[in-house]
Amino acid sequence: MTGPTRRRVLGSLAAGGASLALPAMVRAGAGSARVVIVGGGFGGATAARYLKRHAPQLQVTLIEPAPRFHTCPFSNLYLAGLRSWDSLGHGFEGLRGAGIDVIHARADDVDASRRTLRLSTGQTLGWDRLVLSPGVDMRWDALPGYDEAAALLAPHAWKAGLQTQLLRRQMEAMADGGSFVMVIPDNPFRCPPGPYERAAMVAHYFKQHKPRSKILLLDAKDNFSKKGLFLQGWKALYGDMIEWVGLADDGRVTRVDAKALTVETAFGQVHKAAVLNVIPPQKAGFIAERAGVVDASGWVPVKAESFETRQVAGIYALGDATLAAPMPKSAFVANTQAKLAAATIAADLLGRAPPAAFYANTCYSLIGPGYGISVAGVYRAEDGRIIEVPGSGGVSPSDAEAAFRADEAAYGASWYAAICTDTWGA
Amino acid sequence: MPPERGGLSTLQRSQVLPPSLVAPVLLSLAGLGLVLAGPARGAELPATTAAVLAGGCVNCHGPDGRAQGAIPGIRGLDEGYLRARLLAFRDGRDAPGSVMTRLMKGHDTHQIEALAKWFAQGGTQ
Ligand SMILES: Cc1cc2nc3c(=O)[nH]c(=O)nc-3n(C[C@H](O)[C@H](O)[C@H](O)COP(=O)(O)OP(=O)(O)OC[C@H]3O[C@@H](n4cnc5c(N)ncnc54)[C@H](O)[C@@H]3O)c2cc1C
Ligand code: HEC
Repeated sequence: MTGPTRRRVLGSLAAGGASLALPAMVRAGAGSARVVIVGGGFGGATAARYLKRHAPQLQVTLIEPAPRFHTCPFSNLYLAGLRSWDSLGHGFEGLRGAGIDVIHARADDVDASRRTLRLSTGQTLGWDRLVLSPGVDMRWDALPGYDEAAALLAPHAWKAGLQTQLLRRQMEAMADGGSFVMVIPDNPFRCPPGPYERAAMVAHYFKQHKPRSKILLLDAKDNFSKKGLFLQGWKALYGDMIEWVGLADDGRVTRVDAKALTVETAFGQVHKAAVLNVIPPQKAGFIAERAGVVDASGWVPVKAESFETRQVAGIYALGDATLAAPMPKSAFVANTQAKLAAATIAADLLGRAPPAAFYANTCYSLIGPGYGISVAGVYRAEDGRIIEVPGSGGVSPSDAEAAFRADEAAYGASWYAAICTDTWGA
Repeated sequence: MPPERGGLSTLQRSQVLPPSLVAPVLLSLAGLGLVLAGPARGAELPATTAAVLAGGCVNCHGPDGRAQGAIPGIRGLDEGYLRARLLAFRDGRDAPGSVMTRLMKGHDTHQIEALAKWFAQGGTQ
């Protein structure tokens, strides 16, 4: 990859100068324009690396508290015992090697008019463009009985870390014949197929170690991603071990008692669990609210053609934090949004024409070893909205042979290796 | 879309031969410099737009199209071969049910040509 050469950059500045006269660039020259990125996950790390590819002369700073990022993708395989914890971790050496300044701190506040960002270290950074990819925060006030303290007894494990390891320990400690209860929220939430892949991965573990156990899924909706394929795969590999109860059958949970490990549904049924996994409703990571870019929904509305936030010019948002339907909240999507935003920001700062907006998604899910399924979609901006390109996308065929499912399981593992290398570098 | 693209012979070959046969033939021809990349086409997509399109491929096919596992690498393959495969996926003539078919149905011919060129040239700008 050769980025734009210095001569081309200066040339385009001279040629198109007046119209792109950004205050910071006039002040200091294009070479020192600074882009600050909050979040070193799929959206943020990808944006940082691709900004540097498009415009090596930009100063790119990434803020992420964790020295090593553990991915949610494949964390269900860790629960199953099919993947080690360490294999989910990715460091930031690759980003540093690409010339990105990585600061391990939390971003605490944004001053949009002064264009500054305050860090937990007390440091304040100035920026010409700010990119927020903070992922999700849990809504601790949305499900009665389920707050941060309750999550230590009934883990969500919906951010990869101690929560995921806690859930695995609880599964290990559970006696054979116990009941694993999962509470699943309504849309929108991080990773639409994630709960159902998790059910399969927990079943894989139980089938080997605790075959008399049951898995009960209490869902706040009647439909979910790849539903037909999941129901078929669960049955094929795990018989009746997994029971899914949708909204119409009183699946919506309205109260949690984490100490008693019980949950209550809308119509007053009480279910008792041996292991209780509560995935609560979510919202954009708190820094988005501090930046003033969220709306009443708790998520960030963005411009379909650039992922610049609708509320504040110069601030971009990516990934799970955004309102980007019909695109799902997935790592694949965060990665492609980041590439579009990086190309757009670089073009803007260098006075070039912006790229045409184009996004894609594929989510592979593993139902068991050698049994994978997928859903794909292709998206573009049209009249200020994001649309799925008509005729594109869809799920794996329902009548596929075993070899096809085995191929998709292998492709899923290959996808994980590729996207992680693409995002954090080798 | 004008049908008489450069590399027409490539397109025809892909329609008659199974992909498993097309690949080695084209690769060896390309190695001898016998397969000509098509001439520059009318409305070519700008490089930044091509880069964004290719961004949706490398998170499966590996950085710049270099394989990281079971998904095949696509970096440096012959342009005509890439174009033919992508069109065949899109038009449902190749590997039914493949995720490639579901993805390519969302790409128009200009985009497919830009992608073929991008990865043939090494997956970078
Ligand atoms: C169980 C599970 C399985 C999944 N499987 C898949 C899958 O197979 N395929 C797929 O495509 N997607 C999958 N996902 C979804 C995927 O994890 C998310 O869509 C993806 O991580 C979104 O990227 P992001 O950049 O928006 O957020 P994240 O990747 O979560 O990154 C956000 C980062 O921002 C940091 N941060 C937050 N606030 C601040 C702050 N104030 N200051 C500094 N840093 C901050 C956080 O520490 C974090 O590192 C799965 C999710 C789950 C829960
Ligand atoms: C979700 C993962 C995924 C994405 C995204 C993806 N591919 Fe593929 N691709 C595959 C898989 C898997 C195959 C193997 C063939 C099959 O499925 O039939 C493949 C096969 C191919 C082939 C045939 C390779 C050969 O050796 O003949 C080409 C060419 C190709 N892809 C190009 C692309 C391009 C260009 C893009 C971006 C628009 C892309 N792919 C996006 C998974 C992906």
